[in-house]
Amino acid sequence: MNRSVDFWILVGTLAAFTAVNIFLFLYGGFRIDWDSFGIVIAAGLTLIMYSFLYKDNPAFKIGENLYVGVALGYTVIITWFNALKPDIYEPFFVPLFTGTARPEYLVVVPVILGIFMVLRISTRLAWLSRWSFAFVVGLGAGLTIPNYIHTFILRQIEPSMRPLFGGNETVFASVNGIFILVGVVTVLLYFFFSIEHKGPVGVASKIGIYFLMVSFGASFGYTVMGRMSLLIGRMIFLLRDWLGVLH
Amino acid sequence: MTFLRRTIPLAICFVLGITIAFQYYVPNQHSSAFLELMTRWDKIIAGFAVFIGAYSLFHLHFSRIKFKAAGWGYSIFVFIGAGIMLFFGFYNEGEGLLADKQEGSMFDWLYIYVQVPAGATIFSILAFFMASAAYRTFRARTVESALLLVAAIIVMLGRVPLGALISPYLPLAADWIMSVPNLAAKRGILLGVSLGAIATSIKIIFGIERQYLGGGD
Amino acid sequence: MLDKFVNIDRRIIFVLVAIAVIVSLLLTFRLPIPPTPPVLSIYNTIEDLPPDSHVLIAFDYDPAAMEELQPMAVALLHHLYSKDLKVIGLTLWPGGTGLAEQALVTLAGEYNKKSGEDFVFLGYKPGVASLIINMGENLHTAFPTDFYGNDTQTLPALRGVHSLKDIDYVIDLAAGASAETWIAFGKEKYKFDMAVGCTAVIGPDLYPFLDSRQINGLMAGLKGAAEYEVLVGFQANAVEGMRPQSVTHALVVVFIIFSNAVFFASGGWRTTRKRLGGAGR
Repeated sequence: MNRSVDFWILVGTLAAFTAVNIFLFLYGGFRIDWDSFGIVIAAGLTLIMYSFLYKDNPAFKIGENLYVGVALGYTVIITWFNALKPDIYEPFFVPLFTGTARPEYLVVVPVILGIFMVLRISTRLAWLSRWSFAFVVGLGAGLTIPNYIHTFILRQIEPSMRPLFGGNETVFASVNGIFILVGVVTVLLYFFFSIEHKGPVGVASKIGIYFLMVSFGASFGYTVMGRMSLLIGRMIFLLRDWLGVLH
Repeated sequence: MTFLRRTIPLAICFVLGITIAFQYYVPNQHSSAFLELMTRWDKIIAGFAVFIGAYSLFHLHFSRIKFKAAGWGYSIFVFIGAGIMLFFGFYNEGEGLLADKQEGSMFDWLYIYVQVPAGATIFSILAFFMASAAYRTFRARTVESALLLVAAIIVMLGRVPLGALISPYLPLAADWIMSVPNLAAKRGILLGVSLGAIATSIKIIFGIERQYLGGGD
Repeated sequence: MLDKFVNIDRRIIFVLVAIAVIVSLLLTFRLPIPPTPPVLSIYNTIEDLPPDSHVLIAFDYDPAAMEELQPMAVALLHHLYSKDLKVIGLTLWPGGTGLAEQALVTLAGEYNKKSGEDFVFLGYKPGVASLIINMGENLHTAFPTDFYGNDTQTLPALRGVHSLKDIDYVIDLAAGASAETWIAFGKEKYKFDMAVGCTAVIGPDLYPFLDSRQINGLMAGLKGAAEYEVLVGFQANAVEGMRPQSVTHALVVVFIIFSNAVFFASGGWRTTRKRLGGAGR
């Protein structure tokens, strides 16, 4: 019974989609060109993705898997044209084989390390990838220590060290400054598990939780905002670019 | 073999980590040139990571097809999508891979009319589930959850034009929540996370944390 | 009895949300969109830049965040091109390359700007933090060629630019953690003015940087983009989207209030309190 209902929903949707597109090509703003055909494909894919809201279905799964494949193909090609070709092929291989300029021999080191990295997929030579990961991780760790201390610790503590009621700010701003200081300290205390959260520490960490909850509420509000914006964007596409009912 | 498999990577990590960390405090021409070279190398190495990503995905879906796992037929579409994209990328309007990327190609068309709408729509589906979750599960069961709920309502209304029409105080209240309690909590989290990242970096440099080596010897 | 209202088929909620968006898009009513100080600050900084100053936009997003960040990019480019500033575009996300190029090139056509002369699109490079530091030391070794294969040393749009230190303003359009990376390894290390335009989801995380003046402006979500569209006098998708944005937010608030009212009316809070009390013991 259910299967037959789903079948007719599918047939109906396909028929409606086809009819709408025929109408758009005959009487709407669509012309017989790749752009108009592209908008039809894009609208079809958008509706296929939304079909998941009715229930998980083969059309959605096909669309989803197709998207994963296309996105991967795009990344590989873009990485070639934007990174590997201008950074390896052009400065090293082109001069090496054409003799037009001096090849950049220093490029050989990261190329070898890059190839070692890809060897992680081999069973016998996977250990060579450790050299590449050691380089990447070591460099990352070395960069993180001083830059994080400066950017995320010292520069973040600085605003909370400003003098209160110094005369240059309003009373409201000074009170907010105290609020922020209390919030930062109590939140840090809440995450500090080396002492038991009892007595004054317990009270402080409780205040920290309250600050965190308000912050999570704000994040929730912003997340709703973000997701709705994505939906609105797709609806604008369907109503304006595809159906042409929105101007 | 242990020397090649373990000692050398640990040594690379230690020497590079220490040198780069100290480079920060020695800002002269030579140390800057060294930093530039190392980051340039790292950028080139990072380009190779795309092959590991591609292999992992293809391997996963190939295995699903090979062993006829549930829904294996859908995995074929990963290969179809990637195959079409790679074909038109390599073809490059007849110029091939070694020429500069051609503009207005079928590759670009597939990106604009297949990848962009599909990617944008998949994530927009979450809007419906957020609304559903708000209706079905968002309850003021405790003081903490009540605080979360009230803050969310004020921010949701105060951050859209409608909020100002309901009350001119709503945007002000939302601003205050964002720039005082939210800021304090986020700064606390940022300080904690950063201290954690710094500690982990020190452990990595000194070989205490060596998960990046993977398993085995 | 009341529980029935809470446990309705979620597809009813889906339909209500869809109707709210479609109807509020089709009905045209105006809503006030006054600019907030963090958005105004970006606008004012760009207004104060003399012509031919270099502004770098990092398009660090992909199609998943396009509906929030592409309107932001378009509004910014309207402002930058109309002020005759040299625009440098790049992306740390491979999936964002096509979107970045589309925005840069389409708008350039409207303002009669030429690639390589008035703007330059550097394309995508991997490496994230390493790439930013590489650009901070030498932009030309980080990007030997632009997206179209032209040597960056010879491009007029990059005249006078050796590294990030020579950039007058950097704006990161972020859908992930790229803003923090730009701040830590770019702004703080090479001392340039910086602002962030981001998806609403990560907006709250960036307020500490606004307070510490590590960024001088912040545009979050479609609302931020709408404010910028109003400021530059180009009202498009973002301003259009503020009607459904308002209505759907109101709808979600009504959902929350209604379901909580049912929860309290049906005595659900008593059982919760008992359960929590029991767990406490």
